[in-house]
Amino acid sequence: MIEIRNVSKTFKTEHGDFTALKNVSLTINDGEIFGIIGLSGAGKSTLVRCINLLERPTEGDVLLDGVSLVALPRKELLKTRRSIGMIFQGFNLLAQRTALKNVCYPLEIAGYSRADAESRARELLELVKIADKAGSYPSQLSGGQKQRVAIARALATNPKVLLCDEATSALDPNTTQSILELLKDINQKLGVTIVVITHEMRVIDQICDRVAVIEDGIIVEEGPVSRVFTNPQSNMGRELILSGVRHIERVVGEKKLRVIFNGESTYEPVISNMILETQTCVGILYADLRARDGKDYGYTVIQLPDDERAVEKIYAYLDGRGMKYAEEV
Amino acid sequence: MFSDMFYKLLENHIFLIGIWETLYMTLISTAFAYLLGLPLGILLNVTDRGGIYPMPAFNSVLGAVVNAFRSVPFIILMVALLPVSNLILGTSLGNAAMIVTLIIAAAPYVARMAESSFKEVDAGVIEAAQAMGTPTFKIITKVLLPEAKPALIVGAVISTVTILGYSAMAGTIGGGGLGQIAISYGYQRYNDDIIWVCVALTIIIVQVLQEIGMTLARRTDKRIR
Repeated sequence: MIEIRNVSKTFKTEHGDFTALKNVSLTINDGEIFGIIGLSGAGKSTLVRCINLLERPTEGDVLLDGVSLVALPRKELLKTRRSIGMIFQGFNLLAQRTALKNVCYPLEIAGYSRADAESRARELLELVKIADKAGSYPSQLSGGQKQRVAIARALATNPKVLLCDEATSALDPNTTQSILELLKDINQKLGVTIVVITHEMRVIDQICDRVAVIEDGIIVEEGPVSRVFTNPQSNMGRELILSGVRHIERVVGEKKLRVIFNGESTYEPVISNMILETQTCVGILYADLRARDGKDYGYTVIQLPDDERAVEKIYAYLDGRGMKYAEEV
Repeated sequence: MFSDMFYKLLENHIFLIGIWETLYMTLISTAFAYLLGLPLGILLNVTDRGGIYPMPAFNSVLGAVVNAFRSVPFIILMVALLPVSNLILGTSLGNAAMIVTLIIAAAPYVARMAESSFKEVDAGVIEAAQAMGTPTFKIITKVLLPEAKPALIVGAVISTVTILGYSAMAGTIGGGGLGQIAISYGYQRYNDDIIWVCVALTIIIVQVLQEIGMTLARRTDKRIR
């Protein structure tokens, strides 16, 4: 379990102090995939670096399985970092080492013999399905392949936690997909707790169990992905997750229309088809419909767009279907 | 076409001796300059503000000392350092004395050269090494040095050529080599052909060193394939 307790981080810059994190507290449970989402500059990279103390918090504490990392002597901290793997947006592989030797690196640091390190490294390359590239140098690998090697390297010392700092942000959608599947697979097979930092809601949506939304160094919202994504409470959450919806709010205008169902349509989703065919967005404000013998009776009140041509298209569509309608005041 | 002096020198293998003296002064000086300069370069990089073991005050002092040595033109530094040769070797004449001054003069140059090679190592790679729990000293031996190796080799080639140039000046104050031949048999006795022969020989030596070094750097570098 990772406990981030009241962590603040202030950087001293030439233009004065810059506070990247303000009193952040989070608990990440064993075996879960926890997402941290925010815009660039929100402090998410600093936050993830506070977990393995690549950045030392100015205030607060970070506990790994109840042990305070801030209080650890340096030697112990270095040892503890072996149980926290990390992967990066830029992969950060050693350019002068082969894929195999890259995976060997943390094992060499941990004191494995050369032979033991190589056989363990081969197992890991097998696990991330890139064993055939063992002898290749990073410059000979694609982005996705490099990230697989980086994942193998991060897992070499059997960490309990894997930190992913924008690990898919430099990859194309298909490769992102396959890396996310690999991470999910690793989480399930090895039980590794995964912390994912991203600005893409898609990444959170696909693999995370819980998510925290960060804005200007503050956690503004936290909860299960299923809850946060369907009903975000914070403005930033809404902005990140419901950005598509905001777009519609803007195009929908003040005029309202009552569409009357008098049994004309049979098993036909009139409003949906109207939206699809006219390519215009409408807001549904109220509906009172009853189905009888496969026919709809009642009415739906919709909000029309400001664009007059779009409104004309809607009228034409409804006329074509023989629907009655009336403008509401 | 050539002067009598040229044939005399040729007969007595003076050019061959000159090539040999230039080569061994240059190569020995470069090797020892690296022995001093490489650790200095590592220190400069590591203790820098953004380095893996920041010590800004120490870094500024070290940087200032290195710069001081580098600001003095070599020919003046060489004369100024002759007492040091005298102290170490008991003489301020001859090739050995020249090698001592060459090493001291070249080490700061090598230090800056090495420092800039280390700067080329991707900061992300160093961060990854830190995230994997690498102690500071092992970051130097297992990340900085191997990752900077191709750049270090290129730097070594440039340093060697620079030190070869310095070694020619040693001819003016009692050292040997092609520089000394050009000055005492060529310039001072009005034999232009000897000067040009020395120039040509120096160019060939530089070309060969450059070619060997660059090939080595290219072979070592795994980034471009």
